[in-house]
Amino acid sequence: MSLIQAFFAIVRRDLLLAFRRRAEMANPLFFFVLVVTLFPLAVGAQPNLLQAMAPGVIWVSALLAALLSLDGLFRSDFDDGSLEQLLLSPHPLSVLVLGKIFAHWLVTGLPLLLVAPLLALFLGLPGQAMPTLWVTLILATPLLSLIGAIGVALTVGLRRGGMILSLLVLPLYVPVLIFASGAVDRAASGLPVSAQINILLAMLLLALVLTPLPTAAALKMSVN
Amino acid sequence: MSFIPAPLSRFFHRTASPPHFYALADKLVPWLTVLFLLLLIPGLYGGLVAAPADYQQGDSYRIIYIHVPAAWMSLFIYVLMAVMGGIALVWRMKLAEVMLISSAPIGAGFTFVALVTGSLWGKPMWGTWWVWDARLTSELILLFLYLGVTSLYGAIEDKRSAARAVSILALVGVVNIPIIHYSVEWWNTLHQGPTVSKMDKPSIHISMLIPLLLMAGAFKLYYAIAVLQSAKLELIKREPSAQWVKSLLENKA
Amino acid sequence: MEHLQPAMLEVADLYCRRDDRSLFSGLSFGLRPGQVLLLEGSNGSGKTTLLRILCGFREADGGEIYWSGRPAAESSYFADMAYVGHADGTKKELTVLENLRFALALSQPGQYGIDQALQKVQLSGYDDNPVQSLSAGQKRRLSLARLLITRNILWILDEPFTSLDKQGMELIETLMDDHAKNGGMVILTSHHDLTFPHLSLQRIHLDSCL
Repeated sequence: MSLIQAFFAIVRRDLLLAFRRRAEMANPLFFFVLVVTLFPLAVGAQPNLLQAMAPGVIWVSALLAALLSLDGLFRSDFDDGSLEQLLLSPHPLSVLVLGKIFAHWLVTGLPLLLVAPLLALFLGLPGQAMPTLWVTLILATPLLSLIGAIGVALTVGLRRGGMILSLLVLPLYVPVLIFASGAVDRAASGLPVSAQINILLAMLLLALVLTPLPTAAALKMSVN
Repeated sequence: MSFIPAPLSRFFHRTASPPHFYALADKLVPWLTVLFLLLLIPGLYGGLVAAPADYQQGDSYRIIYIHVPAAWMSLFIYVLMAVMGGIALVWRMKLAEVMLISSAPIGAGFTFVALVTGSLWGKPMWGTWWVWDARLTSELILLFLYLGVTSLYGAIEDKRSAARAVSILALVGVVNIPIIHYSVEWWNTLHQGPTVSKMDKPSIHISMLIPLLLMAGAFKLYYAIAVLQSAKLELIKREPSAQWVKSLLENKA
Repeated sequence: MEHLQPAMLEVADLYCRRDDRSLFSGLSFGLRPGQVLLLEGSNGSGKTTLLRILCGFREADGGEIYWSGRPAAESSYFADMAYVGHADGTKKELTVLENLRFALALSQPGQYGIDQALQKVQLSGYDDNPVQSLSAGQKRRLSLARLLITRNILWILDEPFTSLDKQGMELIETLMDDHAKNGGMVILTSHHDLTFPHLSLQRIHLDSCL
């Protein structure tokens, strides 16, 4: 069958799997909400402070939630031998991997989009920053999945890969964090944000093209 | 491999064979050590004694003779590791894997030295041990990248897979370094306002520059010595029962 | 089915090392259409490792694999082979049908349709059962159904008889026999001896390949 069909077969299968395991699906989302809730409890509920911290708090929490959800990207495929079958497929592994990442983003990244504005409201982020928050989430959460996939692919063969995964992935998340939270921060003070949005868009396009290759290479190494 | 002329390819394969490389490294290290001392001693003397004190910072600026070369090395070694990683992935050259692995702890060491000296320098300059200066922050993230390489290599049991994994990681890291660097710079100007970076001096007096370059050369040679010694050990650890290792041990005994 | 092209697997001087210990070296064999190769050897003799090298998951430390006279990587080898390993590569949350349809989407359609294949492995009527409700033997038969619905010439099977009863084992031997008669090839590891009388069987004992 054609490559496009194989790509969508993977997306459909992974979405179906996520639906059958829907209890697990919500966990990263709860985690995200919980981490955001911890901040007012830790630093106090002064509205000014929370408002100033809101972009950072939301983005750091989104980063951690993405990191937490990453482990599920290849874990079950690795454990039940599906990954070996993907490798043996005549289609290029990098495209199949992209399908998996896309499904993963639909399941873990997209829900953040719905919840984050609500949390931003709780933290007192000004309404004028909401559209920017949305745009940065749309552009940057797929980036988190794409970059994170490299790290998971490198560590999926390890029994205790979680700590190493965060050590590998979080430094690579730094630019995403800076530009995304920076854009929201600027929007909150009424400054233009097109530069940051453009950079995020450029990074997303670059990552779409470049990250599946090392991810595929790393999966081949892990299956070894 | 076809686009490399045959004699050149033969030369690389001969040099890269473990016994040959081991013998070569053995021969090179004493010479490199002599050269290292020849650069280090005048460099240290020139920097710590001969060069004049800075008109603003007094003697405390002299830490740049350690800080700046260490910071240069930290970046240089990571780029070198990525090159080794590329060679290891494309041509499956074991020597490149060994050099990559041996470089990582040394690079992490230089990065750590650059961080510590930078923070020591910050005390008299800014009155605090740590400021979120763009360069220091980038250096800190670079340290995490190095630690990622070493801990990933340590975690994967099969050392051939581990070498492939860190080769991939080093390549991914090197693509990200400029992005990280510029994003951190941008972040820095956003949050602290444009500050004159301490290293962006338009001109540095020649009596300060010469010792700095000598020290940079000395650091490069130190790296070469350290990486060769560590690569020798790694080669033996990889194939302890190989014929050449056995005959080597017999000769030593 | 004589029109299957006469592909031939040729393994030359294969060498594999693990943790500084040689697993096997100088391993050479050839496989013709219609032949079945049984790999024997004690635990840790490198049977699974050899299969994983043949699947391209692992690189050999030396030697070469040829398919129709050309190095495997430059030939259609990887499109012509199929593998069933210890982990059978099915998703336990999905139904039998969903699993097979997915396998088909990743590959080319083969000799049998999904219904026919399920009939052959005696899983007819289980189409909509989630795989986690199947018994271990049924799961194993399902993973073999995947071989029937996709286009392939060489089957690589790692311990296909585990968790199967006598009938299940006979079923697999019948499937292998059919495949071989159609010009296919099978390489497998097994602790059980094969009983099927008509198989053109080769044996390699890995303990002696050091």
